[in-house]
Amino acid sequence: MENLQYNKKKHTKRFHYSQDQAMEKPFDWAQIRRLLGFMKPYSKTLLPGSIVTMLLSTIIRLLIPILIGKVAIDMAISSGDTRFLIYLVIVIGVLYVLNYVANILRIKGVNILGQHVIYDLRKTLFSHIQHLSHRFFDTRSAGSILVRVLNDINSLQELFTNGIINLLTDSVMLIGIIAILFFLSPKLALAVLIILPLMFFISTRLRRSIRRSWQQVRMQKSRMNSHLNEAIQGIRVTQSYAQEPENTDYFEALNRDNFESERIATKKSAYFGPFVELSNAVGTVILIAYGAHLILSDQIEIGTFVTFAFFLGMFWEPISRLGQIYNQLLVAMASSERIFEFLDEEPNVENRKNAKPFPNIKGDIRFEKVVFAYNSDRIALQEIDLHMEAGQTVALVGHTGSGKSTIANLISRFYDPTAGAVKIDGGDLRDVRLQDVRQQISVVLQDTFVFSGTIMENIRFGNPKATDEQVREAARIVGADDFIQRLADGYETEVEERGNILSAGERQLLSFARTMLADPRIIILDEATASIDTETELKIQHALKTLLQGRTAIMIAHRLSTIREADNIIVLEQGRILEQGNHMALMDARGKYYELVKTQFQSDEK
Amino acid sequence: MHIFKKLKDFYWPYRRNFYLSLLFIAIVTAITVVYPIILQITIDDVVLGNQYNLIPIISAGFVILMIIKGIANFLQQYLGDLFGVQTVFRMRNSLYQKLQRLSFTYYDNARTGDLMSRLTADVEGIRFFLSAGVGQFLRVVLLIVISLAVMFAYSIPLALVTMVSMPFLAVVVYRFDRRVHPAFRNIRTSLGVLNTRVQENISGMNTVKSLSREDFEIDRFTDNNSTYRDNYIFTSKVWAKFFPLMELIGNICMVVLISYGGYLVISGQLELGALVAFFSLVSYILGPLSNLGFIINMFSQAKASGERLLEVLEAKEDIKQLEQPIGTRQISGHVTFDRVSLQYAKDDDMALKEISFDAPPGKIIGLVGGTGSGKTSITQLMTRFYEPTSGDIYIDGKPVQDYNLRTLRQHIGFVLQEAFLFSTTIKENIAYGNPDNVSFDQIVDAAKRAQAHDFIMELPNQYDTLLGERGMGLSGGQKQRIAIARALLIDPSILILDDATSAVDMQTEVKIQKALKEVMKNRTTFIIAHRISSVKHADEILVLDEGEIAERGTHDFLLRNGGLYQRIYDIQYQDQKAIMRSAQ
Repeated sequence: MENLQYNKKKHTKRFHYSQDQAMEKPFDWAQIRRLLGFMKPYSKTLLPGSIVTMLLSTIIRLLIPILIGKVAIDMAISSGDTRFLIYLVIVIGVLYVLNYVANILRIKGVNILGQHVIYDLRKTLFSHIQHLSHRFFDTRSAGSILVRVLNDINSLQELFTNGIINLLTDSVMLIGIIAILFFLSPKLALAVLIILPLMFFISTRLRRSIRRSWQQVRMQKSRMNSHLNEAIQGIRVTQSYAQEPENTDYFEALNRDNFESERIATKKSAYFGPFVELSNAVGTVILIAYGAHLILSDQIEIGTFVTFAFFLGMFWEPISRLGQIYNQLLVAMASSERIFEFLDEEPNVENRKNAKPFPNIKGDIRFEKVVFAYNSDRIALQEIDLHMEAGQTVALVGHTGSGKSTIANLISRFYDPTAGAVKIDGGDLRDVRLQDVRQQISVVLQDTFVFSGTIMENIRFGNPKATDEQVREAARIVGADDFIQRLADGYETEVEERGNILSAGERQLLSFARTMLADPRIIILDEATASIDTETELKIQHALKTLLQGRTAIMIAHRLSTIREADNIIVLEQGRILEQGNHMALMDARGKYYELVKTQFQSDEK
Repeated sequence: MHIFKKLKDFYWPYRRNFYLSLLFIAIVTAITVVYPIILQITIDDVVLGNQYNLIPIISAGFVILMIIKGIANFLQQYLGDLFGVQTVFRMRNSLYQKLQRLSFTYYDNARTGDLMSRLTADVEGIRFFLSAGVGQFLRVVLLIVISLAVMFAYSIPLALVTMVSMPFLAVVVYRFDRRVHPAFRNIRTSLGVLNTRVQENISGMNTVKSLSREDFEIDRFTDNNSTYRDNYIFTSKVWAKFFPLMELIGNICMVVLISYGGYLVISGQLELGALVAFFSLVSYILGPLSNLGFIINMFSQAKASGERLLEVLEAKEDIKQLEQPIGTRQISGHVTFDRVSLQYAKDDDMALKEISFDAPPGKIIGLVGGTGSGKTSITQLMTRFYEPTSGDIYIDGKPVQDYNLRTLRQHIGFVLQEAFLFSTTIKENIAYGNPDNVSFDQIVDAAKRAQAHDFIMELPNQYDTLLGERGMGLSGGQKQRIAIARALLIDPSILILDDATSAVDMQTEVKIQKALKEVMKNRTTFIIAHRISSVKHADEILVLDEGEIAERGTHDFLLRNGGLYQRIYDIQYQDQKAIMRSAQ
């Protein structure tokens, strides 16, 4: 039985989740200016409106304590002047109503402004990313792109809605309070303001330490979430290998770390409130002791004392908020740096200034001495000359890295050649409008992506303008109609990414229907190797034939059955064309292709 | 309350912190109300009463009270938070253990996103409520009650007059809460939609680019983006409507206070200090009152979160182990199915119908058939990922149910179509099945046998290369070979190859096939495949069709049986014949 007792060694290191993102960055004025640039479109409308209403309510908030504390008590109540008290009450009432109106406008203005800026920023980033090249996406995980479009933008939201405008008001408020206090009584003001440095200290130093410990918590939490996510997705593997106890060990350690960091962070946070209150208390004691003394020695009036008491309570808010904004800015530095990094990424290819329209292409493709290097040290294609006639099916054969995908990428003009020219119908691709070329070329992918939505919507992705009937027609032509009809809701069946509703073969037929609907002149086919049962594969072969009819097709093929049917087979090795011709010709030539076919059968024959 | 009773196990051990936290909250609240009283004494007795000698006493008393308050405040917050954090720590461990134990049946119907949101947002919701909810509620109630009491003690008429505005405020707060929560829900929903849109766009970028649908995508995104913005702005309009109104009501209260209170002071019915104290006391009531709705909402959300967590915690674990399972050291790998039927869910079709076969140790069994014919189901029953609806499965002559689950599964190795690797080093991934008792040499040996060693050595950190989301990206074939090494390292008596080579290209397949041949030696092997070439050497081939064994036998027999197998063979090999002919 002893072998059933799993070893009690703690498995705390069995998984690794790294956090590679800086949470905050130091100040950078250039970056701030660039961020503020996004407010520019509103600098004549929403921005000034928000600032004016903000200032208005700030001034009112500064006036009221004076009116109640100083004026009402000293000039009306103490002297028993009822008439004046009534006037005063009316003035205060009017000010409150004004404040009410200003607040309504301020809340609306600030939020509308902030949301528009964020909307613009998000849109700019998203649109920009859409036009970046394959290379960009190849070198980054989907997760790291998502973080920028979603989290980083969201983290700027607060800064744009309240942050920047609060920065203005709070400064006005703080300076206003100090000015008023000095105006009322310089002596008392000086005494009471001793607490100011104390408050600033709490707001910056203590807060920084609290902030760091919460960052620790966030990091722990993100590790924990990464593991949870993986644990759920990999549960079948875990259970197959009976690793539940070991994983539980790992998780418990992770959870314990998280608990500890959270405990420390809450503890530090709990210091915050009491410290603020204590510093306020110090102020109050000074006010009471020194204030009473000043009153008794007739240097100030009671109203002044009361006004001081009111303002003392108002100190903390702007200081605290300024501290918060400072935090926000540090986070915004990190977020905006990541966002700008993407925005500064140039698309690989762009339209020339005088790019010509390129409507109905026939599909005759020529490569003339094409050299291509992704980066200077690695040459992917070396002086390739090629001709693909309109309507032909051409198969590209070769190992990974032989240059098959590069040829396909150059035809769609995802890249421009380093030297030489790629021509369609005799026209250099660099001279014509990019959208026109891409519109008429479709890539049929190995692993097609199913978007969440109905089958109908998924096929229509190929051509958003198509009618329902056209969608059905396209599905019928490629033979996808059968399985779609068999689904619970037919074309209206909801599918989603990774949804198990569709098998690999069905997804492929769906992709064919999409392409059929897009009706391109040139098709680039990256052949699927996914698991497809024999009957379905027959259907796919058949559908493919229909799809390719009357179009130029370039196939990055893996299956002999597909390759064999091609009009021209191009065998590539290390960026060079080794041989080309149709199946019969190449078999007779007894070259590389022949070798390839032979190994395939040997593995079958064993 | 029912929900919280069920969750009692998690928080009950830490109740001491909770009670202490409540105690300190009461202390803090009581002291808070002292501040206005001190203000009043200073004005009325010290200043107006000319008793300057009271100042030191007042100041000292005030400082002492404030220190006590500071300490109490720290403790109430820390202990309250700790209570929540501790409870959630315990809860997370239980949830994780539960997730590890739940069967495939559960996961077939679960969605990762949904589970994740329970494990993160809902757990967090509970923590927040436990840390702050109850305490906040107590604080608000105490503050209002004590403040009111003090106000009435100072002046009954003035207290009554200022109270007039309270019902208005309560109504506004209530209406605000009713409006703002749906609005917030809309923001969250539209943010969710926006996030999904971006997520799909990035994950499906290849598809977008392949059909040059970038502009279409931008349009769709812009729609979602503006919906989100508009929802947000709508919500801020709700705020703009109610928040200034609440403030206005509070301010009207102040105006009433100053006019009526001023009158009372002038007519000598109230001391000036008491009036000043009133100002503070009123703000103690107005602030918390606007918060009450928030606290109540927090409670109802915590209840909903608790419910969703209980759904996970109480989910049925349908694979149970015997009290005293067999824990043999060795399994030789004799698999027998006796009239086994399987139905995944009540309304589903039968996935397997009366399947019987016998696979002696060391034999190779091929499973062939279309998608959904039941090939994978057979293999998953051996490891008890599912329970058969009827019939019996024996391993080495004993029913699978009698085995210790861990022993059983550790003797069965799986290589699946899509290799799932974890975010850790290659080394750890290969050793996933037995992390404790393998040496590095054994890991390398397994990798060599799986034809993975060579490419691993070419990676920057070799066996220490990190895989996963932020780690190195491997090709499908490379991942598959690591998965094979992983299966090999547990030295299973039964090996299941579920379409293990279909997702790789031609050249890689040749390599993997070679690796597999090596691996199958001395093990009972089940091969699931679409290609005849993968199963033709099997000792017995089962051809499945809609959950039934349509025909069975060796390759040579089936080839002449005139059934499904022969048909598949013809389709696959007519092609080859044609190529061969052309090569002659």
